[in-house]
Amino acid sequence: MAMTNGNRSYSVREMIKENKKKQNGQQFIEWLMPKLLLLTATISVLTTIGILFTLLFETFIFFERVSIVEFLTSKEWLPWNEETGSFGVAPLVTGTLLTTAIAMLVAIPIGLASAIYLSEYASEKTRKILKPILEVLAGIPTIVYGFFALTFVTPLLQKIIPDLGIFNALSPGIVMGVMIIPMVASLSEDAMSSVPNSIREGALGLGSTKLEVALKVVLPAAASGIAASFMLAISRAVGETMIVAVAGGSSPVFTFDVTKSIQTLTAYIVQVTTGDAGYGTTVYYSIYAVGMTLFVFTLTMNLLAQYISRRFREEY
Amino acid sequence: MEKLIDKQRVVRYMSSRLLRNNVLKLLFFLATLFGLIVLVVLLYRIFTQAIGWLNIDFLNNFPSRRPENAGIKAGLVGSLWLMIIVAPVSLIIGVGTAIYLEEYAKKNRFTDFIQTNISNLAGVPSIVFGLLGLTIFVRELNLGRSILAAGLTMSLLVLPVIVVAAQEAIRAVPNQLREASYGMGATKWQTIYRIVLPAAIPGILTGSILALSRAIGETAPLVVLGIPTFLAYLPRGILDTFTVMPMQIYNWTSRPQADFQHVAAAGIVVLLVVLIFMNSIAIFIRNKFQKRY
Repeated sequence: MAMTNGNRSYSVREMIKENKKKQNGQQFIEWLMPKLLLLTATISVLTTIGILFTLLFETFIFFERVSIVEFLTSKEWLPWNEETGSFGVAPLVTGTLLTTAIAMLVAIPIGLASAIYLSEYASEKTRKILKPILEVLAGIPTIVYGFFALTFVTPLLQKIIPDLGIFNALSPGIVMGVMIIPMVASLSEDAMSSVPNSIREGALGLGSTKLEVALKVVLPAAASGIAASFMLAISRAVGETMIVAVAGGSSPVFTFDVTKSIQTLTAYIVQVTTGDAGYGTTVYYSIYAVGMTLFVFTLTMNLLAQYISRRFREEY
Repeated sequence: MEKLIDKQRVVRYMSSRLLRNNVLKLLFFLATLFGLIVLVVLLYRIFTQAIGWLNIDFLNNFPSRRPENAGIKAGLVGSLWLMIIVAPVSLIIGVGTAIYLEEYAKKNRFTDFIQTNISNLAGVPSIVFGLLGLTIFVRELNLGRSILAAGLTMSLLVLPVIVVAAQEAIRAVPNQLREASYGMGATKWQTIYRIVLPAAIPGILTGSILALSRAIGETAPLVVLGIPTFLAYLPRGILDTFTVMPMQIYNWTSRPQADFQHVAAAGIVVLLVVLIFMNSIAIFIRNKFQKRY
């Protein structure tokens, strides 16, 4: 039997053959795609491995030249002199902790208060207007915040604190806090919104005011999510770079004075890489050791956040 | 019989509780406003500083030692070049990862590991990605301070954001669609390619554009890579050196002359306009094409 199709004629056998060929192609794609997609999925794993290995490898070279004891215990960070240099990471760590602490003093109370307002008091309509505007704050590039801290906040603060340096820990800390407010607010609000309404209504029915519901019922129930949001905020502040690089200064001094110029871990990496520290010098390898310190700090915070939100979650 | 309830005391107690409620409500509201006020002050400051400096010459000039001649052309074009690498690379890898995790991956330890790994990558500071890029792309692969090296670094940086956005979009496609497709005799890949992806694309695009706008504003990793700020020519290929807007702004901000503050402000305005433009496209796509099932 033969079928005519235009000028060409097909036998059934040929049609079956052709169909098989098509199916073979199809089967090949079905076989190939999962493997290709798995390949793309492993790239994220490779990235992590890449980060770990570059940091470990180059940090190792650094510790061949500088003793790890000196790195961890010395209170002087004077990397620029090859002869008499001193590599104690403490000043960079205190600089980082100082700006982070200031940022948290701004971001945690204001962020949490915003979260309570948005989740417990605001009407659906108000929330729909306020939340996206608040999130614009999180979308502004950090270099813009750095510019704002240096040219607006610092001069403003100098009117209140006359002996505040041009570069200091206070101004970038505050601006960083403002940048992190939306993060704390939005994550805490998510945690509070997931507390079921029946619990709120129970408390309201017993005669609580909205404030009492928010502070004594919703906050404790959402505590794990809120604590996790604080951890993530700290991690974000520790890793923030451009604000502190622009407005924090470049003086690695072991100090807790917020009016003085400081240097954070991130700002040091920026200072070295914008300058001309030659490839292969001890200063060059020091940025990896500093980067490693930074990575360990932020990873610990992130893992802690995940642990808290998993371990202490209240299930409803 | 004596009254069991002292009415006066109750009234006093109640009103103090209500007062506290109202006072704190006001405080919470003011805290919410605080962020908005800072936003307004920031934008007002920058726009007033930029006025008079932002003109066609500023868009058309290369960087200069004299503030009145400085322009953002090299940065603006460089940022676009960067997107030519970042957009396809991060989209292909990100969406591929998301499809794998949502459609193919079995629920096992390896899948869990990839998922945890992605959320941890999202929390790694951007400057650490810079160190990765400097070591692997700039030095080991010998790409130099090129658009390609910077683009690959940035792609890895925004990858977690795109993966998560794409996963959410794919998860939102209802299972009935998939089952209907299987019922018609379609294979798994045909179903993904012709049914799931088209339904998920608005969500994927919205998330990806937001991720790309983050890449445009990011400075720290590029500083670490050593991207120059003073370039008086435009790149011609992806292996050329280049500069981007945030790097230019950083350079102008750190110059001592007061006039460069205005140049920096003008640069920030251009950067913000680009970001607002990208975000409006994302919002437009979300409102126009996003279906709710």
